[in-house]
Amino acid sequence: MSETSEWPLWEVFVRAKRGLGHLHAGSLHAADSRMALHHARDLYTRRGEGVSIWVVPAAAVAASSPDERDAFFDPAADKVYRHPAFFQLPKGAEHL
Amino acid sequence: MRHNGYSAPEPPGAAELLAEVEATAKDGLDRGRAPLGPGEHTEDELLAHFEAVVAADEKIEPRDWMPDAYRRSLVRQLSQHAHSEVVGMQPEGNWLTRAPSLKRKAILLAKVQDEAGHGLYLYSAVETLGVDRESLFQALHEGRQKYLSFINYPTPTWADAGALAWLTDGAAIVNQVPLCRSSYGPYARAMVRVCKEESFHHRQGFDALHVLSRGTKAQKRMAQDAVNRWWGPALAMFGPPHEQSTHSEQSMRWRIKRYTNDELRQRFVDICVPQAEVLGLTLPDPALAWNGERGHYDFTPPDFDELRRVVAGDGPCNRQRVGNRRRAHEEGAWVREAAVAHAAKRREGVR
Repeated sequence: MSETSEWPLWEVFVRAKRGLGHLHAGSLHAADSRMALHHARDLYTRRGEGVSIWVVPAAAVAASSPDERDAFFDPAADKVYRHPAFFQLPKGAEHL
Repeated sequence: MRHNGYSAPEPPGAAELLAEVEATAKDGLDRGRAPLGPGEHTEDELLAHFEAVVAADEKIEPRDWMPDAYRRSLVRQLSQHAHSEVVGMQPEGNWLTRAPSLKRKAILLAKVQDEAGHGLYLYSAVETLGVDRESLFQALHEGRQKYLSFINYPTPTWADAGALAWLTDGAAIVNQVPLCRSSYGPYARAMVRVCKEESFHHRQGFDALHVLSRGTKAQKRMAQDAVNRWWGPALAMFGPPHEQSTHSEQSMRWRIKRYTNDELRQRFVDICVPQAEVLGLTLPDPALAWNGERGHYDFTPPDFDELRRVVAGDGPCNRQRVGNRRRAHEEGAWVREAAVAHAAKRREGVR
């Protein structure tokens, strides 16, 4: 196959049922978005696993780097007061 | 399965295997081990961290640092697995138009379509390791990468399609259920999907044999002959004995695989014997007997010399299988090129 005929990679997201978000199901190669949707249907929803599909060119996904995970997510770790369990409720306080 | 008023008994063992798949799918939802901090790390530090992650049964993901040998082992195992799914469509492809009823044709078509799908899940998983799909196809077509040896055997009767599915898909499930816990995230996730679908393959084969075995004398004999042909190749699917296996030791330490070839083969035999009784068929091994001391069935190991010959390319159908695959790829080139040209034209049109 010549280089020009290499189909680009797409990431596939499937909504399992109404009320749930789209979840990454996997990836596939397709010439364009329409073909990617058809392939995604045939590949990831052969047993009724989805009611809606998104396909995204893999090249369009920007991802955080695993090497920088600590630095990147650190700000979330030192603000424990964001969790309601941080606060001790006095006896008798309810519905809070 | 229930159709036309008959139902096949549940194959013993399958429920437990599926439960294992469900359990692994729920694993690994916690946040996992923190990576090394930012900055430069020595190879030893990186390796120590990698091994700690694996030892704690956490997953390695595509962009994580990994030893070259781990990457190489994964590429070898995943591409062999993907090729097996794709070339593995051929022995049954023979029966798509010849299956004895419309129902059986439809079932077989769905199974073969699943196998194409499994190949695609697995090729995508290999690609996360930085190998492009085209080079995998080339390696398959040039014989540099292998696929499972049983695929090189012919399917001369309809019962062979059933026996092949009951025995080799059964062996594949025993092999693959532990792979749902593989240390490499994309492989483990692909295997959860594969195993759930493989269970249908296994059962439809069992069901087809069950019908034949309760049919006429000639049908029962056809079923028995097919089981006789497929028992050996199915046992050989687990590979050489552990002490002769070239890749096992390190793959187990890195949790790419989790049990020895011999442990899995024994598990397969233990599952098959009672299933064969339900089928009313015998497994072609006079040495097959329950060993109360071991708590397992004793059996004759497969012919490993034959396995080596077939893997090396000298099985009954090797040339035909690879030749078909190569021809399909070459003759399909114009379709791939036309799709790209059409996509480019549509993009132009949008502008």
